[in-house]
Amino acid sequence: MIIFNYLVFPGFLFAIIIGLLTVWYDRKITARVQWRVGPPWYQGFADILKLFAKETFIPATAKRTGFVLAPFIGFSTALLVAAMLGVAGLYPKMSFTGDIIVLWYLLMIPSIAIIFGSSASGNPISQVGSSREMKLFMSYELPFVIILFSIAAKAHSLSIGGIIEYQRANGANLWSLSGIIGFVVAIISTQAKLGLVPFDIPEAEGELASGIMLEYSGSLLAIFKLMKALLLYTLPLFLITVFLGGMNLQGFGILWFIIEYLLIVFIISLIRNTNPRLRIDQAMNLFWAILTPLAILSGILSYVGL
Amino acid sequence: MSLKMKAFKKSIWVYHIACSPCNNCDIEILDLLTPRFDVERFGILLVGSPRHADALLVTGMVNRLTKPRLIEVYLQTPKPRVVFAFGSCGISTGIFAGGYNTEGPIDKVIHEVDPEGIVVYVPGCPPKPEAMIDAIVKALKAL
Ligand code: SF4
Repeated sequence: MIIFNYLVFPGFLFAIIIGLLTVWYDRKITARVQWRVGPPWYQGFADILKLFAKETFIPATAKRTGFVLAPFIGFSTALLVAAMLGVAGLYPKMSFTGDIIVLWYLLMIPSIAIIFGSSASGNPISQVGSSREMKLFMSYELPFVIILFSIAAKAHSLSIGGIIEYQRANGANLWSLSGIIGFVVAIISTQAKLGLVPFDIPEAEGELASGIMLEYSGSLLAIFKLMKALLLYTLPLFLITVFLGGMNLQGFGILWFIIEYLLIVFIISLIRNTNPRLRIDQAMNLFWAILTPLAILSGILSYVGL
Repeated sequence: MSLKMKAFKKSIWVYHIACSPCNNCDIEILDLLTPRFDVERFGILLVGSPRHADALLVTGMVNRLTKPRLIEVYLQTPKPRVVFAFGSCGISTGIFAGGYNTEGPIDKVIHEVDPEGIVVYVPGCPPKPEAMIDAIVKALKAL
């Protein structure tokens, strides 16, 4: 049973399918914002399949091992996080103490894999992208972890299951002043983790010609795209787990979960469609000078009990 | 038809190369990619790197300066790849025929390095976005 849970539902297979459908949902919203029709529902699957069918280049200047390994590292961690979150949401009792810290570390690895791969590619433009990714990475992790720890402190538990059960007993974390501030900070950090528009500084199609992904092609690119799709499923799920009481699959819980999920992805894609790209120094300023104090404020408020 | 081929037809990522056109064709291509014509319906996306591309949208006659660059970018594009030659210039060097720096129409240049290369002709000076969509659909049917 537990193997089925990890491999099929709500683990690997489910996460990939929902991730690719979410990519379509995001693109469809983008299209509707621009008064277009947008792609058909199978677009995500078609893109990935096509990329797997294409030739894969490894540039002569690249460090082979690192270049090939990076997408697999990122993809497998994203897959693992998706499965862990799904299983923890299904059986809150089964999570272990400290798994929220494990998840936090695992969620960092895709960004590190991107930095790793793009600096191994030997392309100077990719390297500019990877240095930007590194700076961005350092800026968004700080407010994100402060929020995470303030929530763990509030629930008196360091496990996903504990946080979910605390919320089932006392109402979702979002419905309090500290929760609202925390949610805003967390959703902006999520946007940066996903590398979507106000923070797509490392990818910057206009100036860096898709920067960090520049040298990737064929199946390696497909694996990176799959990783991004998985993150697009995992991070909203993570927000739901931490702020909205996790997925509750009994009765109306399913409906409620789907609505929450679609709403969070909707907010993320609205932010991405209505904002221009920030410069890297502006992004660092935003995270360190504005969002970190807000995160600390939310921590203090939740300590006081608001 | 295999599943991979079907997926390929539903997801063409394009990369735009200007090989010394008069820029009218380029403006029409930019029009093609605007929300008004919405080519994302067919899965067509503009990408920033030739490594990600399936189709190259090439405009203009190829001159001595751009020829080596066009060949370089063409060879960097992973197979299977398609080249779209836009406008009279691209097809036949148009009004630049016989010019001192003209290196020939796009298909000639591409076939020099890759005799198997698929080149799709889109006539017009410049072709309308509707004509481009028509060309893409016909090309995908013929693949
Ligand atoms: S075909 Fe006509 S519009 Fe296009 S580049 Fe040539 S001269 Fe310009």
